[in-house]
Amino acid sequence: MSALDVEIQLLAVVVAVACALPGVFLVLRRLALMSDAISHSILLGIVLAFFWVQDLAHPLLVLAATATGVITVALVEALHRTRRVKEDAAIALVFPALFSVAVLLIARYAGSVHLDVDAVLLGEIAFSPFRRLEVAGMDLGPRSLWLMSAILVLNVAALAVFWKELKVSTFDAGLAAAMGFSPALIHYGFMGLVSVTAVGAFDAVGSILVVALMIAPPAAAWLLTDRLPVMVVLSGALAAFSAVAGFWAARAIDASIAGSMAAMAGVVFLAAILFAPHRGVVAGIRRRARQRLDFARTMLMVHLLNHEGGARARVENQMGHLQEHLQWSPDFARRVVRRAERQGLLERQSGGRLRLTPLGREEARHRMVR
Amino acid sequence: MSDGGLFHALLFDYTLRTVALGAGALGAVAGALGCFAVLRRQSLLGDAISHAALPGIGLAFLLTGSRATPVLVLGAALAGWIGTLFVLGIVKHSRIPEDSALGIILSVFFGIGLVILTFVQRRPTAAQAGLETFLFGQAATLMVRDVLLIVGVGAVALLLLALFWKEFKLLTFDREFGVALGFPMVRIDVLLTTLLVVGIVLGLQTVGVVLMSALVVAPAAAARQWTDSLSVMVILAGVLGGIAGVTGALVSATGGGVPTGPTIVLVASAVVVVSLLVAPGRGLVSELVRRFRVRRRVRADVVLSDLYALAAQHGESGEHAHPVAVLRAMHRGQAGTRRSLGVLAERGWAREVEPDRWAITPEGVERARTLFLPGAGEDGAGAQVEDRGVVAPGGEP
Repeated sequence: MSALDVEIQLLAVVVAVACALPGVFLVLRRLALMSDAISHSILLGIVLAFFWVQDLAHPLLVLAATATGVITVALVEALHRTRRVKEDAAIALVFPALFSVAVLLIARYAGSVHLDVDAVLLGEIAFSPFRRLEVAGMDLGPRSLWLMSAILVLNVAALAVFWKELKVSTFDAGLAAAMGFSPALIHYGFMGLVSVTAVGAFDAVGSILVVALMIAPPAAAWLLTDRLPVMVVLSGALAAFSAVAGFWAARAIDASIAGSMAAMAGVVFLAAILFAPHRGVVAGIRRRARQRLDFARTMLMVHLLNHEGGARARVENQMGHLQEHLQWSPDFARRVVRRAERQGLLERQSGGRLRLTPLGREEARHRMVR
Repeated sequence: MSDGGLFHALLFDYTLRTVALGAGALGAVAGALGCFAVLRRQSLLGDAISHAALPGIGLAFLLTGSRATPVLVLGAALAGWIGTLFVLGIVKHSRIPEDSALGIILSVFFGIGLVILTFVQRRPTAAQAGLETFLFGQAATLMVRDVLLIVGVGAVALLLLALFWKEFKLLTFDREFGVALGFPMVRIDVLLTTLLVVGIVLGLQTVGVVLMSALVVAPAAAARQWTDSLSVMVILAGVLGGIAGVTGALVSATGGGVPTGPTIVLVASAVVVVSLLVAPGRGLVSELVRRFRVRRRVRADVVLSDLYALAAQHGESGEHAHPVAVLRAMHRGQAGTRRSLGVLAERGWAREVEPDRWAITPEGVERARTLFLPGAGEDGAGAQVEDRGVVAPGGEP
């Protein structure tokens, strides 16, 4: 692993974690697609500021782009407030327009400079380390690594300082307002944080993949825990994992690193939705199968108790009769009986007859009373 | 190029005509289908579908080695459809809300698509050139057979739309009622979503995956402002989408390699802005005018009631004049007393007896009484208001 590889991976991890932290609240506050809108329209801010200062490394670019992100949010909300369009349509109208202006400006006037349309979509994390930050002739490492680290620190600090405000306003907006937190201030402050993060990450991974890094790891984490602090830490960890795994996957097939990081975030989310311990699809299927068996066992117990000692007990309490009476398939009946037997609730006698154990009898009575 | 030149070229330049026809047909189909997406609050599903189509394009090329449009469109449609299924599956089987599900599918599929594209580009065979035009679209690459594909498939989609009109309408406005009537609403939903997928993937070559959703949403959002009828809205959205498509494609094709997608989207966005502003009834300008008139009327009524009160206090028959300063003092903080007096004079409810001294007229007294006794004079007042076009019939803003 060369020093370049280390720097790229370090940058990838910092970008991914910095995106995942505000992403937690984007997911919880149902604002996921606002990140899509922001990450597209910041391009306009970058382009306009670039025409102004003619320097891609100028700090004004970050400032202008962040402002554009916040303006986008304000525009979407203003459009929605006219009550002429629904919120989803408002988002789908605002950002494509701003993004289109930016792309046309690039295509028309900036074709010769470093800003090009591919970079907008792909980012160029593989080339980021070539742009170094030098102070007094000393090489301090990749410029974007410094920028992104600063944004990461900002995000951590903002989350730490405004933890209570964010938490309360996310889960109970009414309570937050009653406690005196200004909803507008929190909302726009938070969207500013999302914007600045998207701007920082834009350089490395482009407009669209930012969304993957912001939404997929927190969504996966939300399937794994019900506790907010755990969710935040888990999101960061899953994002970092996606970044590193994505880097090596891209290396293996010689493809876009940023795209591969996004794909890996998707794989992590897919794994979470399938295999999450309690909320996963597989866990759900197993739970339902177990509930079905449990219910069938209870029915069997009650059936046996009902006919125990009765005139037709010999017929009714027969293994083979269950299929007819309870309409079970032979296979299902065998599984239910075996399960009950294992739990010591009944015993099989000669000729396929079933008899409740004392424990089983008690259980059946208990179920019937309930 | 001047407008005349452009028009001339459109008539006589074969390539340009092909491009314009393709983009126009595309805009019409996307606009008509988009109405349902917008009304069902699925505007962003279109965004997810179009982004999700990218890996389909790449895979179709990788597997077949063909760059023929139908092959790539088929791949795109399959991928877009799978992406939609994923979104629905995530929302149904987990607690992840729809917006997050859309965001994940959109960006992750797009990421996979980029991986495939960069992978394809780095292979030694150079046949892949041009796949990246699917990102932002390039109408200039439209061939006659591409246009035929758009027109043919689009016509089938619109035909299905017409055939299942009643079902789609039911699905859009009252799904539960449809279920109660015994319609297979799930299957109808699948069909409508499939049509949306088809409409979107048809536009990928012209508009590109990144911005295609805007061509679905914008004409529908614009058309919505002009009408409350679904059929009119669908037709209007189709027309507006067609206009946006033709205009955008022509500007792009004659503008020296400017990507088509953003051009079309900007034209469509302009149509939306104009519609939002000037559409009769719903437009923001007509709302402003309405508000201004209502405010002016209310203020005039306030001054009139002040004049009435003064007249009543003085117990005179109405010819006693009062200084403007008094009226102004009676509702401090409300500017424009003089303007309100002007409005009253215009209607003959008050008159300036001598400079800066005003009196209520007998007609004004009558009008003021209707203000205080709404039951007694409502009809008369309403009629007067309607006559002047201040409030729409029925008093509904």
